[in-house]
Amino acid sequence: MAREDYEIVIGLEVHAELSTKTKIFCSCPTEFGAKPNTHICPVCMALPGALPVLNEKVVEYAVKAGLATNCEISRDSKNDRKNYFYPDLPKSYQISQFDKPLCEHGYVEIETETGKKKIGLTRIHIEEDAGKLNHNEFGAGSLVDLNRAGVPLIEIVSEPDIANAQEAEAYLRKLKSILEYIEVSDCKMQEGSFRADVNVSVKKKNSEKLGTRTEMKNMNSFKSITRAIEYESQRQIEELENGGTIVQTTLRWDDVSGRTFAMRGKENAQDYRYFPEPDLVAIRLSEEYIENIRKTLPELPESRRKRYLEEFKLSEKDSRLLTSSKYLSDMFEKAQSICHNAKAVANWLLSDVSRILNEKEQEPDNIPFTAEQLAEMIELIEKGTISSSMGKKVLEELFINPRSPKQIIEEKGWVQISDEKVIQEIVEKILQENPQSVADYKAGKDRALGFLVGQAMKATKGKANPQMLNQMFKEMMK
Amino acid sequence: MDITKLTVHELQEKLEKKELTVTQIVQAYANRIEEKEEKVQAFLSINTEEALEEAKKIEEEGRSTSLAGIPIGIKDNICTKGEKTTCASKMLENFISPYDATVIENLKKEKLISLGKLNMDEFAMGGSTENSAFQITKNPWNLHTVPGGSSGGSAAAVAADMVPWALGSDTGGSIREPAAFCGVVGLKPTYGLVSRYGLVAFASSLDQIGPITKDVTDSAILLNLLAGHDEKDSTSAEVEKKDYTKALKQDVKGMKIGVPKEFFGEGINTEVKEKLEEAIEIYKNLGAEIEEFSLDIAKYSLAAYYIIACAEASSNLGRFDGIRYGYRTKNYTDLEELFKNSRSEGFGPEVKRRIILGTYVLSSGYYDAYYKKAQKVRTYVKNEFNKAFEKYDVILTPTSPTVAFAINSKCNNPLEMYLADICTVSINIAGLPAISIPCGVDSNQMPVGMQLIGKPFAEETILQTAYTFEQTIKFRETYSPKFKE
Amino acid sequence: MDVKVSKEEILHIANLASLNIKEEEIEQYRENLQEILQFAEVVNQVDVETLQETIGEENKCNVMRKDEIHEFENKEQIMANAPEKEQNMFKVPKVVG
Repeated sequence: MAREDYEIVIGLEVHAELSTKTKIFCSCPTEFGAKPNTHICPVCMALPGALPVLNEKVVEYAVKAGLATNCEISRDSKNDRKNYFYPDLPKSYQISQFDKPLCEHGYVEIETETGKKKIGLTRIHIEEDAGKLNHNEFGAGSLVDLNRAGVPLIEIVSEPDIANAQEAEAYLRKLKSILEYIEVSDCKMQEGSFRADVNVSVKKKNSEKLGTRTEMKNMNSFKSITRAIEYESQRQIEELENGGTIVQTTLRWDDVSGRTFAMRGKENAQDYRYFPEPDLVAIRLSEEYIENIRKTLPELPESRRKRYLEEFKLSEKDSRLLTSSKYLSDMFEKAQSICHNAKAVANWLLSDVSRILNEKEQEPDNIPFTAEQLAEMIELIEKGTISSSMGKKVLEELFINPRSPKQIIEEKGWVQISDEKVIQEIVEKILQENPQSVADYKAGKDRALGFLVGQAMKATKGKANPQMLNQMFKEMMK
Repeated sequence: MDITKLTVHELQEKLEKKELTVTQIVQAYANRIEEKEEKVQAFLSINTEEALEEAKKIEEEGRSTSLAGIPIGIKDNICTKGEKTTCASKMLENFISPYDATVIENLKKEKLISLGKLNMDEFAMGGSTENSAFQITKNPWNLHTVPGGSSGGSAAAVAADMVPWALGSDTGGSIREPAAFCGVVGLKPTYGLVSRYGLVAFASSLDQIGPITKDVTDSAILLNLLAGHDEKDSTSAEVEKKDYTKALKQDVKGMKIGVPKEFFGEGINTEVKEKLEEAIEIYKNLGAEIEEFSLDIAKYSLAAYYIIACAEASSNLGRFDGIRYGYRTKNYTDLEELFKNSRSEGFGPEVKRRIILGTYVLSSGYYDAYYKKAQKVRTYVKNEFNKAFEKYDVILTPTSPTVAFAINSKCNNPLEMYLADICTVSINIAGLPAISIPCGVDSNQMPVGMQLIGKPFAEETILQTAYTFEQTIKFRETYSPKFKE
Repeated sequence: MDVKVSKEEILHIANLASLNIKEEEIEQYRENLQEILQFAEVVNQVDVETLQETIGEENKCNVMRKDEIHEFENKEQIMANAPEKEQNMFKVPKVVG
């Protein structure tokens, strides 16, 4: 049998850090990047006697996420303890939610090359993040920093509806953009504030029985996730084809070798001994509370996409691509509101900007320059101050050292020559130097015009306005 | 005048009349500790030097509150900033709390002076204070017997006049049983009345801090300081502040007191029973309406109690892992050994026994049969109490089936030790308030405790009932501990 | 019903609880646990099938705080309790994975 005889079943558990000011159960700041163990207090350090008190914003944000992903919001919810020992888990239990999550039975719609598909969400629940273990390459031990311990998370669990790496990526991108749109998480993958546990299993087509799954934890790049899914599903199929069995286990994906490895040391069959958290009380949400949150939901990607089709007459594809990231979409809207050229802004963002991001393996939220700077550049092109090929150079400069495009072209001397007299002088000079091309043109060889314009550009080091050159050559050779 | 024999309200009066100074009081306690501590061993740390300095400061600044300068002893599972808080465990032998429990903040606001931290069963697990990792506290009435537990140090220190009053904590009887064994007054407030913030958790859904005092009046005064809503404790009740001393009225006329016959049956010592029956007669004579009724919950409560308390404890004690604070083994090469050896060497046998039991009842396959069932039994017990309180204002029972037992007599039988909690645990299971007051002594001159149970947040009713009885029998005037050797 | 706890179960439970039990202690822990669990069987004598479990204070709900930063002022004392630290972090044996 071959790969085509198998179906891949993928489940994703996404952890997104909520962008609250304080931790979920104490008033310590959540800000990323502080010195080790400076965002700590008796509660998040699990000192004896300290007690948790729930942050109201966490509930609000989780409900918002639930509403934006078509979930039912639970009217009666609670917290539970998940017990296990690990150095980054100060209480030796994580306060999470077990049988009564805040949100259930949602879905998001994705679109891939094969069309649209709904991916079901089993649940969204709130829980606390663990601290960070720093592994010293040379030292004898690991070092525990608990600044992150107690940062609020939502865990979003998908139904096993995802059938391949492309769908997994589309689903994750969709989820990420929704969370960004509703502003409950900054979803910075490099900082670990949007990460996924990936479950993969394979089964024979038409077989009812699900295969044994393996899990890869805490993955935080789209590329690794898709590579890992492809590798792991292929590995499982080969294993089964060779008469082997799949062992339920936690694996580690290694980006460098492109392989998965069994994790050492961690027990696979854990018994977390969940039970209701006695230090906290029930969360009971009223209809009114939920409706009030629903009212605050901003425009979601779906409706923005539709608006772009109508308002800006963008193509279906461009609208979808632009709205796939809130950063991209926000930048588009802002830039177009300044330069009033939606098509140009969309083109720049989806072609050159996206290309550069791709090369750098970065996401739109890594764009270093502002919408104002982008709009300014587009205006410079429109006014003819620079050519669009100069625009490309300006854009690269914006990625390296973002500043005003006007300043960039002044510093670099990239101002376009648009003075009619100057253009005329150049054209006359080039015509004199290339009589053969003039003859060719007059004989009907249109290609000769391109050559002449090229010569003129060369002579001006690319600064002449190409449209004006074109025009002028045509006129003078009439 | 022996200062240390006085109650707090008597000390207060003398301070107000300027018959005594704060320094005189603190000095008298320092002397008394010096004299008696060697025999009783109630303290895990003694603060008398700092206390004397504090006393001087208060005198210089003037007494700003009515309780300013009154000394107190603190059970060593309540966090006190900058001081050791050990829970009588090797695990926390050198732990310095970076913060104050909410109740300690309350005491400091009133300018009370701490005389030190008091012994207990390790992590409040036990009923005799024999489970302390550091020392065995003796009962001042007979030094060969236990003071009860787990707040044994607190009750013994009050009985031995080494502190005028003390804070205890009660998860299944840990204030009331030692109070009964030591012939003092112990009050377990309604769950939620007193903040648990800073009380090292044994069983979160059962723990409450409460006063251990020489008389009922002091109990009301101390409860005034302890009770109140606290934003740091999510389970803290939002009830209005009350002045509990207003409940100190000598009147039980028409008061309906229910006496559950199951609490006087099998396993209850005959002499304890006799003393309780005398007490019931006294209440009758005072005009209370006494009625015997059936409340068959004790055994179920005890079973549910040990399941729930140990389950919560197994999780609450997970944080003692040798990483951020507390005992760390010297004996490890990897993480697993660090965890296991630190915990195995740092905890005593009873704590480990309860962690094992609690882990078992929560583990996969047993959760429904034990933990879930126990939580349903808990609902049942609450319902039964609710029914009883439709008819009665107060329920009267013995505090403990026996008087204080001999040191080492029950150590080898955990179940027998657990059975000693039979009269008290149902109150924690139902979250109710209850007070234990002395109602006489047995033929060996050992005090017998009577427990009065009230409706949720009806501390005033049980205080009034207790006060009336206390004023009638005048126990303190008649009996006192003799430090029998 | 007779409750039986095996040696293997005791060891499994001890492992979950991160405790070592010495070979000579196993039997005592096993007997204690068995005896207490046997006693706990009385919970089965009450008819509670129709009752809800008591989960926390049933009358209390939605106890929450505002999302406002209050930094704890005594962080040094927290770190001072650490048995072993390096670069203001808690040192533990090397964790793999």
